[in-house]
Amino acid sequence: MAEIHNFTLNFGPQHPAAHGVLRLVLEMDGEVIQKADPHIGLLHRGTEKLAESKPFNQSIGYMDRLDYVSMMCNEHAYVMAIENLLGIKAPVRAQYIRVMFDEITRILNHLMWLGAHGLDIGAMTMFLYCFREREDLMDCYEAVSGARMHATYYRPGGVYRDLPDSMPKYQASRWRTQKQVDKLNERRSGSMLDFIDDFVARFPACVDEYETLLTDNRIWKQRTVNIGVVSPERALQLGFTGPMLRGSGLAWDLRKQQPYEVYAHMDFDIPVGVNGDCYDRYLVRVEEMRQSNRIIKQCVDWLRKHPGSVMLEDHKIAPPSREQMKGDMESLIHHFKLFTEGYCVPAGETYAAVEAPKGEFGIYLVSDGANKPFRLKCRAPGFVHLAALEEMVKGHMLADVVAVIGTQDIVFGEVDR
Amino acid sequence: MKSIFKTLFLSELCQGLYVTARQFFARPHVVVQYPEEKTPQSPRFRGLHAQRRYANGQERCIACKLCEAVCPALAINIESGVSDDGTRRTTRYDIDLFKCIFCGFCEEACPVDAIVETRIHEYHMENRGENIMTKDKLLAVGDKFEAMIAADKAADARYR
Repeated sequence: MAEIHNFTLNFGPQHPAAHGVLRLVLEMDGEVIQKADPHIGLLHRGTEKLAESKPFNQSIGYMDRLDYVSMMCNEHAYVMAIENLLGIKAPVRAQYIRVMFDEITRILNHLMWLGAHGLDIGAMTMFLYCFREREDLMDCYEAVSGARMHATYYRPGGVYRDLPDSMPKYQASRWRTQKQVDKLNERRSGSMLDFIDDFVARFPACVDEYETLLTDNRIWKQRTVNIGVVSPERALQLGFTGPMLRGSGLAWDLRKQQPYEVYAHMDFDIPVGVNGDCYDRYLVRVEEMRQSNRIIKQCVDWLRKHPGSVMLEDHKIAPPSREQMKGDMESLIHHFKLFTEGYCVPAGETYAAVEAPKGEFGIYLVSDGANKPFRLKCRAPGFVHLAALEEMVKGHMLADVVAVIGTQDIVFGEVDR
Repeated sequence: MKSIFKTLFLSELCQGLYVTARQFFARPHVVVQYPEEKTPQSPRFRGLHAQRRYANGQERCIACKLCEAVCPALAINIESGVSDDGTRRTTRYDIDLFKCIFCGFCEEACPVDAIVETRIHEYHMENRGENIMTKDKLLAVGDKFEAMIAADKAADARYR
């Protein structure tokens, strides 16, 4: 009898289901996975090292680009680390804005995940529906920061600008009459908070729609139930966080365990799974979208009632307003000092973590008292989850690798940094 | 019994099909006929850079080099000199669009509102080297779109 060898298969880096640039070397026995070896580093950009050569504020924009589907959450961890070292706290209104945008980011991320995961394992429609809702949230990003994705909006000591009082509107064109345009603009007639309020009211119905398509669907269940099962003990040992851990049944959420910003005032629940398979993680993430929706609603209501400053008045850290800067010599000096050499941070080290949509995203920051970090380390949830890929896919079929990669919600920006 | 009925008649698939069918016949409100029609754009949008002039035609930039200092991507290169009227001006002002990460810090830093990021996001390059926005190109963009830029900056002024 001829000798039978295992078959080695390269999955990626150009595979559409590899979510970016994952190169997975699979050792197959027939169609069953024996070994899976993820090769990473194809998207390495040296963010951690780059940050060592720039004043603190200048790295904010690079944090967006780590996990490029949950931009503001990464910024949040970074500015929180700086704020810890400086010993400052953002004004309450800024904290609410941050929490609101963290949750908007969570919905953005989960919608992206749901669409891509669905597309990977055969639910094309999800992708279109999810991106339809994402568009509204992207508009919020753009209205507030000027960029649809890479916002650079959070700053140590608050956020850059207050929420705008009007939303950008559709313009009439030869494709639409004024009446149709007016109808399109109906949601955008008020302030940005009105727009978000309207979205919050609409969104649960959209999630119901997604669930009608997927939750009971037998094809979806066949692809996800009992795939990539992780026991709670093993999930802890592997260092899982976020929905990956909660899918296994552990109610661990940094927003509840060590509430940062104003999460302590928020009323929301933490969904947990039972079996720890792909299907439970799907359920957890869908429920998280509903919970995020609740948090956004609470933030909107609070923000409506409490206008105020969104940035610290300490001009050693936060630049003065443009009006001040142009009229007052001392402010101008502050402005020049801040934009050339930035601010110095007391020597010390800190670890700031936020509950990013994918799990615990943390920034470990060491300062030697200079105006730039001595060392910056990102704790990316995707990296830890990817390390468990082999364990999750072993013994499954080739097609299930795609389901497991999908359920891990891998984004290579943060894995490779 | 109920579950057998559900399995046999594909009830959950039919519910799903009902959702998609409803969408199929609904009036599309998300499709935009792109070049003629565009999605809304915020006045804060950070797109192509431009340099502005004062109303009397004098260029605003005073070569303070704050934008060069604050640029995280080191995309801005400035050389300064004394102009004919004895004022300090840039002799060279280059922005490398390939390096630029469109963070908006240059605009934030500029004390005279000279460098701005406009809402222009549809542009292209055909040859190598065209990614460098020289001073002339920046001023040309600024001159061409001054009305739009001024309106956008005015709309956002009270937030900054």
